[in-house]
Amino acid sequence: MDKNISFTLKVWRQRGPKAKGAFETYQMKDIPGDTSFLEMLDILNEQLVNENKEPIVFDHDCREGICGMCSLYVNGHPHGPATGATTCQLYMRRFKDGDTITVEPWRSAGFPVIRDLMVDRTAFDKIQQAGGYVSINTGGMPDANAIPIGKDVAEEAMDAAACIGCGACVAACKNGSAMLFVSAKVSQFALLPQGKVEAKKRVKAMVAKMDELGFGNCTNTRACEAECPKCVSISNIARLNREFIKAKLKD
Amino acid sequence: MWLSKSSVGRKVVMSVTGAALVLFLLFHMSMNLVAIISTDGYNAICEFLGANWYALVGTAGLAALVVLHFVYAFILTLQNRKARGSQRYAVSERPKNVTWASQNMLVLGIIVVLGIGLHLFNFWAKMQLPEVLHMMGMHVDAVTMENVANGSYYIASTFSCPVYAAIYVIWLAALWFHLTHGIWSSMQTLGVNNNVWICRWKAIGNVLATIIILGFLVVVVAGYFGLGALGKIALECGAACC
Repeated sequence: MDKNISFTLKVWRQRGPKAKGAFETYQMKDIPGDTSFLEMLDILNEQLVNENKEPIVFDHDCREGICGMCSLYVNGHPHGPATGATTCQLYMRRFKDGDTITVEPWRSAGFPVIRDLMVDRTAFDKIQQAGGYVSINTGGMPDANAIPIGKDVAEEAMDAAACIGCGACVAACKNGSAMLFVSAKVSQFALLPQGKVEAKKRVKAMVAKMDELGFGNCTNTRACEAECPKCVSISNIARLNREFIKAKLKD
Repeated sequence: MWLSKSSVGRKVVMSVTGAALVLFLLFHMSMNLVAIISTDGYNAICEFLGANWYALVGTAGLAALVVLHFVYAFILTLQNRKARGSQRYAVSERPKNVTWASQNMLVLGIIVVLGIGLHLFNFWAKMQLPEVLHMMGMHVDAVTMENVANGSYYIASTFSCPVYAAIYVIWLAALWFHLTHGIWSSMQTLGVNNNVWICRWKAIGNVLATIIILGFLVVVVAGYFGLGALGKIALECGAACC
């Protein structure tokens, strides 16, 4: 059994996109260590509702680390201090009794705050819509061995496809760059025969959309890779650069 | 033009100019080492790199590289600050694999550029510049003209001054940090990287940066303490100093 802890919670409250936000402090008492971070916020919200106060708005959905909705910047790290885990997979046992825990929304011009801890991440959908798909007619389900793909290539494509599009890379980046996300989406297709057909068109369209939406320029600090809940590697960024340069030189 | 309009293109310009400047640093460092072994040999190189057409073309090329690298650095930083937004995190922690240098490339670069300014004043303004001015028919005094290829003397006199020696050491330290991130980062941006090569490029970058900086440092130290061939140069009292 995990111990119960009591701590101070500093949460960013902001009424709307244009409103000025500020931190508000809450005292949390006797929270069991096996409570997830989001469950802890649920407990707080229930208290706030009972006190006739506005509950804290935050994004969440599957609560098992695969949907990419939860998005809290906890104590200086996107998704908190745990590595390879989303906020919903973060448990209170990571914190000590008497700690002060600071919770902020993703901060990036590309992700404007909607309210409190919830940010608008439709920019990622727009990048995805620009080319993150295969549009050729692939026909019916082929025989499993019809197109041989090396094990290592398949693994690498799968590692890139593990990206859940949560935006932690942008939140972690001092440049507000979305390169890790875009490179993962480009890589998962560029590595496989079905995706190679449209590789050039795709990389140009997705990078152009990323630039248009005002994301920053990558300076290879590797903060994205360190904070990514799915441990997506920056070797994908190298692949994106390679694909992009090749495509532009072919023009 | 994709080299200025796309984010990847702008980074390609930074990488290519940066990599070219690393090659120049390697050459400059190797050339300097000659001054410790033979002052005449070093002066012969200075003569060779005086106001000849190829040296002038090279100098113009270098200046263009530095300007491009510098201007792009400012454009990129301004865009990145804008992309980051006006609202900063109250608490932020640097993850373990993020190097300090990688987050401070602009500041380090500014120190390097200021150092280049001082370096041009200490050496170039006394060597290639008067020769060019003389060729253009402007008046340059006879003592300066006689010494335009006397690089060894200028090394010995500049670094005999503790203030200059110290500034050059700081300059080199900033350059070392800049290179430790810059070298592998340029390969990453050019797409010549993967999970295996990232460790290799980082090692190559660190070794190359250290060799370059140590090579430069040896000459500063030799100039300050009067070691090697540089020790045999008779300095006029208070020649360059303070």
